[in-house]
Amino acid sequence: MFYRETGQFKTNYADDMAIFPIRQDRIGLALILAFAFLVVPFVTSDFTLKTIMLPFLALSVAVIGLNILTGYTGLISLGSAGFMGVGAYACYKLTTIFPEVNILIWIFVSGFFAAAVGVFFGLPSLRIKGLYLAVATLAAQFFLQWAFVRIPWLFNYNPSGAIEVPLRTLFGVPITGPTASLEVKYLICLCFVVGMTWLASNLVHGRIGRSWMAVRDMDIAAELMGIKLLNAKLMAFAVSSFYCGVSGALFVFLYLGGAEAGTEFAIRLSFLILFAVIIGGAGSMIGSFLGAGFIVALPTILKFGLPAIGIAITGATAEKIVLMIIGALTIYLLIVEPHGLARIWQIMKQKLRVWPFPY
Amino acid sequence: MLHVSPQSTSAAIAKGEVLLNVENVSLRFGGVKAISDVSFDIRKGEVRAIIGPNGAGKTSMLNCINGFYFPQEGHITYKGVRRQKVRPHEAASSGIARTFQNVALFKGMSTLDNIMTGRLLKMKRGFLWQCLHWGPAQAEEIAHRETVERVIDFLEIQAIRKTPVGRLPYGLQKRVELGRALAAEPELLLLDEPMAGMNLEEKEDMCRFILDVNQQFGTTIALIEHDMGVVMDLSDRVVVLEYGRKIADGTPDVVKADQKVIDAYLGVAH
Repeated sequence: MFYRETGQFKTNYADDMAIFPIRQDRIGLALILAFAFLVVPFVTSDFTLKTIMLPFLALSVAVIGLNILTGYTGLISLGSAGFMGVGAYACYKLTTIFPEVNILIWIFVSGFFAAAVGVFFGLPSLRIKGLYLAVATLAAQFFLQWAFVRIPWLFNYNPSGAIEVPLRTLFGVPITGPTASLEVKYLICLCFVVGMTWLASNLVHGRIGRSWMAVRDMDIAAELMGIKLLNAKLMAFAVSSFYCGVSGALFVFLYLGGAEAGTEFAIRLSFLILFAVIIGGAGSMIGSFLGAGFIVALPTILKFGLPAIGIAITGATAEKIVLMIIGALTIYLLIVEPHGLARIWQIMKQKLRVWPFPY
Repeated sequence: MLHVSPQSTSAAIAKGEVLLNVENVSLRFGGVKAISDVSFDIRKGEVRAIIGPNGAGKTSMLNCINGFYFPQEGHITYKGVRRQKVRPHEAASSGIARTFQNVALFKGMSTLDNIMTGRLLKMKRGFLWQCLHWGPAQAEEIAHRETVERVIDFLEIQAIRKTPVGRLPYGLQKRVELGRALAAEPELLLLDEPMAGMNLEEKEDMCRFILDVNQQFGTTIALIEHDMGVVMDLSDRVVVLEYGRKIADGTPDVVKADQKVIDAYLGVAH
């Protein structure tokens, strides 16, 4: 009843092309942002911040990245975790070699390293499509995972083979390392997510986004509109890997606080990100968040939510049930609603608009 | 008017002069000869029909013109530039637009976005501006949106502006596809069976649009069509292909009376 656009007239094209053309949507977004920045860090328990919010934010950047590649450009990739690892290692090397430069800059810059690697492994995409491309990107995943373990220079010859996130500060406040508070880490992560989401949604709504979607929907016609397929596809790989790289850096530096990336950024994570894209909704920004939220929250809810309401479940069982649910849901959505949770959300909004007289 | 900017970048070709010249083009796929030694020209400002029975090589001919196929022999001269090989995006940037026999729209995008892709070549702002979507990038987007809105008005599809094209009926999809080609402000518009599968009213609308495009914007049109009534009414000159060979070329009246054409279409008693 309150979700109506009646009386909201658009008098110029800028208003009509806005990403949120309906006022209620804009208000809703502002409320969510205000809540995320001002309320969540102060009322949420450390446990929720640590197990849900931080991985959710870090992973959502990677899911946006893969969504750009798979959802918008139609290229399936199974190398996302590998590209995340590139970001994490690049950030680690950069901050140990140049400790005086702020870590936030290095987190951002590490994305460029991942982008370069992504472009290299994206080269076959001009010739092969669909499942075959997925297999080709698997090569990237396995090669990168091998490199993370076998090249000791990457983890500074640490005998344990792991990245140990050093202490880094911003205006004297520790933001990474063991002494940084979860609230600060959360806020930093949130800033990255908001900024990068804004950039990505601008990108997909403009010229470049349209050329990506044209390549996805009908590459022959796209070529005829003057799109160079190689450029469009490689740019999609670059942007996608950039997002994965930043996500990887956030994941290690702000969420894990130290990791053996060879095991952390394994094929399993690549699959989870792909499932998050499918469950959330391919070709939708909001879907990326729904998908990432689902993938991150489900294990925690099963592991800790069920015992809280009196259903005894062991961690190992919960882990297996999570995989079963995600698998079943992916198949279900692929058959019934290929555009995922985002499409369901859109249908709900449409119903709400005409409620209570849907004629 | 649709055209906001004078678009003849290279040497301007006056009306009635040869815009595109096909010389002795042959195209083979393995052992199959799709086109053998076909020559014809398209003059600036005319509606040129290419007709022929199924499998005559009409669509292959269009594919040669806009660079999907490379003919093994012969040349295609466009705007005075003779070329052996051309890539589809080069053809697009030199002012050739096209519609397809089977609708080749971008199914997941709205009508508006589909037609906006027609403007892609004319949008110049780089990656960083696109990321920010502010200032010059937004101004550019709005300027092109205005052109696209003129195309939408011209084709009378205002009501379906925001509808994903996958949900549109076939006739409207064909119209959106024409819009996407028009948004590129082409000099040469290749239409591959624009009226296939349409009912009478839709055909009449489409004929009206084609004639309007030709007369108002001066766009040269190459048209493949099976509806002979349409072809004879719309086109200035007709080239007839059969089994990859040219069997007739001339005004509709001449072609209609040609015995070889009648034989090709009606069959001949042996």
